[in-house]
Amino acid sequence: MSVGLVIVSHSARLAAGIVELAAQMARDVLLVPAGGTDEGGIGTSLAKVMEALEAAGTGDGVVVLTDLGSAVMTAESALEFMGNPQDIVLADAPLVEGAVAAAVAAQSGASMAVVRAAAESALKPAGAPASAGAPGPSPGTSGDAPSSSAVTALLTLINPMGLHARPAAVLAGELGAMDVEIEINGVDGQSVMMLMTLGAGQGTELKVSATGPDAQRAVDLVRREVEAGFGEI
Amino acid sequence: MGDVSVDQTLDAAWAIDWLRRSAAVIAENRVMLIELDREIGDGDHGENMDRGFQAILVKLAEGEPETPGAVFKLAAMTLMSKVGGAAGPLYGTAFLRAATAAGDEAGLDAGLLAAALTAGRDGVVARGKAAVGEKTMIDAWTPAVDAAAAAAAGGAGPAELLDAAATAARSGAVSTEPLIARKGRASYLGERAIGHRDPGAESSALILRAAADAAAAIPGAGA
Repeated sequence: MSVGLVIVSHSARLAAGIVELAAQMARDVLLVPAGGTDEGGIGTSLAKVMEALEAAGTGDGVVVLTDLGSAVMTAESALEFMGNPQDIVLADAPLVEGAVAAAVAAQSGASMAVVRAAAESALKPAGAPASAGAPGPSPGTSGDAPSSSAVTALLTLINPMGLHARPAAVLAGELGAMDVEIEINGVDGQSVMMLMTLGAGQGTELKVSATGPDAQRAVDLVRREVEAGFGEI
Repeated sequence: MGDVSVDQTLDAAWAIDWLRRSAAVIAENRVMLIELDREIGDGDHGENMDRGFQAILVKLAEGEPETPGAVFKLAAMTLMSKVGGAAGPLYGTAFLRAATAAGDEAGLDAGLLAAALTAGRDGVVARGKAAVGEKTMIDAWTPAVDAAAAAAAGGAGPAELLDAAATAARSGAVSTEPLIARKGRASYLGERAIGHRDPGAESSALILRAAADAAAAIPGAGA
């Protein structure tokens, strides 16, 4: 089995549509929508979310994605009601891109933590976090320690399909769980969407450059995956 | 105020009466809450809260829980499932945490009541990540919890404690009028939110007053 996904939205149709979209790239993943109120209106329902969590529980864990404010709160409340089980996690991710990235990662057999990281890194924006338009100071901009020189590698894609959705999701997911700044051909290696925009096919050279505490580990991981053809050869 | 009121405990019948009175007062003020929310939000607070509390009445008609904690849990589950908007998980979490604080006790004394209210407020803070002064429910809840704690420390009985909490919640709700909202949809309005009372703080004040009224209606409560 693989990690299951629950999509919580204010709208039943939106939740169902995202499941439909993500399922195209993840045939074997259990995707369960929990949208709208019990009466079919706009809103979220604890009962619906809890039913979906049960339905998505495969034994390998569940990752929950949500849309706006109260959907997050309803999902958190459901977890609190269930005693905060270890095998269900919320992803703080853009709903559409996050769901697609998570589904692709789950399809590849990634762990719950990696599936969540794939969702959360789906759209890693370079700028400030979205904070309801308030021009407040963005948190966590403490001066990064001056990086010692970057760890780099020059790799060639050998698998026939190149860096398509599945390997992109795996790389972004694994890298997303590390403390590293990593660029692959100039894009953020922790973002599945950015990796997919490279459209890197077989024979493409990848320039990898990483800084931060996990830089060596991160580059080693990319090298291992690329040289193994992402397990596809 | 006699010794009877100080030693009094509030049981499941009080908690059920509280919810019934809350349902009545929310229904009565449904339009007022809708109008407050229309000023600075999406206008659904009155309708959502009314739907949630009417659903509680239906649940209570199916069977009445036997402890205050069980009553709170019924309210939590129902509000989270039926309200639909942000108020559902916020009030639901308040009742859920209050239920945990109340445990299996058959009767809540002043100390336990203050603890349950505090746990409820802490639940709203944890879920909504709001602080005092951000034009939210918390602006009613925090003064209420402080008043309850002071009343308990001063040896007040449960009815007197709830009266103090409800009075503080009312002042707290009024205090949201000059504030700029920092949470929820009202935060998009910036200074335009000034002059409007927060609907969540208003409904909180109404519900806490209902708790005090339910306690005062018990013969010999003597608040």
